[in-house]
Amino acid sequence: MEVRTSANDRALTVTLRGELDHHAARETVTALERALDAALPRKLILDFGGVTFMDSSGIAVVMRAFRRMTALGGSLELCNVPPQAGRVFDAAGIFSRIPTGRT
Amino acid sequence: MKVRPNNYIAVEFMSRSANEGFARTAVAAFAAQLDPTLDELGDIRTAVSEAVTNAIVHAYPDSLGKISLRASVFDGNVLEIVVRDWGRGIENVEKAREPLYTTGGEDRSGMGFTIMESFMDSLCVRSRLGKGTVVTMKRRIAQRAGRK
Ligand SMILES: Nc1ncnc2c1ncn2[C@@H]1O[C@H](COP(=O)(O)OP(=O)(O)OP(=O)(O)O)[C@@H](O)[C@H]1O
Ligand SMILES: [Mg+2]
Repeated sequence: MEVRTSANDRALTVTLRGELDHHAARETVTALERALDAALPRKLILDFGGVTFMDSSGIAVVMRAFRRMTALGGSLELCNVPPQAGRVFDAAGIFSRIPTGRT
Repeated sequence: MKVRPNNYIAVEFMSRSANEGFARTAVAAFAAQLDPTLDELGDIRTAVSEAVTNAIVHAYPDSLGKISLRASVFDGNVLEIVVRDWGRGIENVEKAREPLYTTGGEDRSGMGFTIMESFMDSLCVRSRLGKGTVVTMKRRIAQRAGRK
């Protein structure tokens, strides 16, 4: 899993690339938390465009980021969610809680 | 009476997380003979990943153990996937299958069984405490017009 971050103003964009499963979750969480600690953003955007596979381990990663942003008084947005990951988020009812760029 | 499959594969692997990708790729490659759509293939990969991850994370929490994976094709384009472990087992299967139920803390979301259930046509979980767990899932792959 490749995790790239770019911060502007008070928004942090984290771009994920690869397969987000249990095997990759730990390093993804570590990289994400490090970036959040450094930027303390008002808004976190998770870009899923490069995620070729995701299962429930990815849901836990997103929920963790969501709780963290809520604690910071900020917000979380998902963007470029591919169909496979979208079906997993749908099954977990995630989209009712976290906005996406998806229409 | 036991119905014989038209084809099957069986693999056995150690409960290392690096094998999660191997397991779903192996089943996806085997399932290709049923000519699934990309969405169907995605559902199958996801369901396999959930079952195998459960065996790695929950069946053998502080040790390494054996996991077996079997994928079979039956008449009517039905794919059956069986994931078996010899780990700690599940005390209350009905409860474990409820959405959001987890013993895994904040690394887990408690959605694995819910995802397997919604992505596959059927899910059967048999478990005995201290003996292990067998997860059996089935999915019929639609035969589409214009395909051979
Ligand atoms: N193979 C197994 N061996 C022992 N316990 C299991 C096994 N599979 C599932 N369980 C138990 O059932 C619970 C629910 O499993 P489920 O996959 O639905 O959620 P989870 O694994 O906790 O979280 P998620 O799948 O969302 O990461 C687990 O927390 C665990 O207690
Ligand atoms: Mg699970």
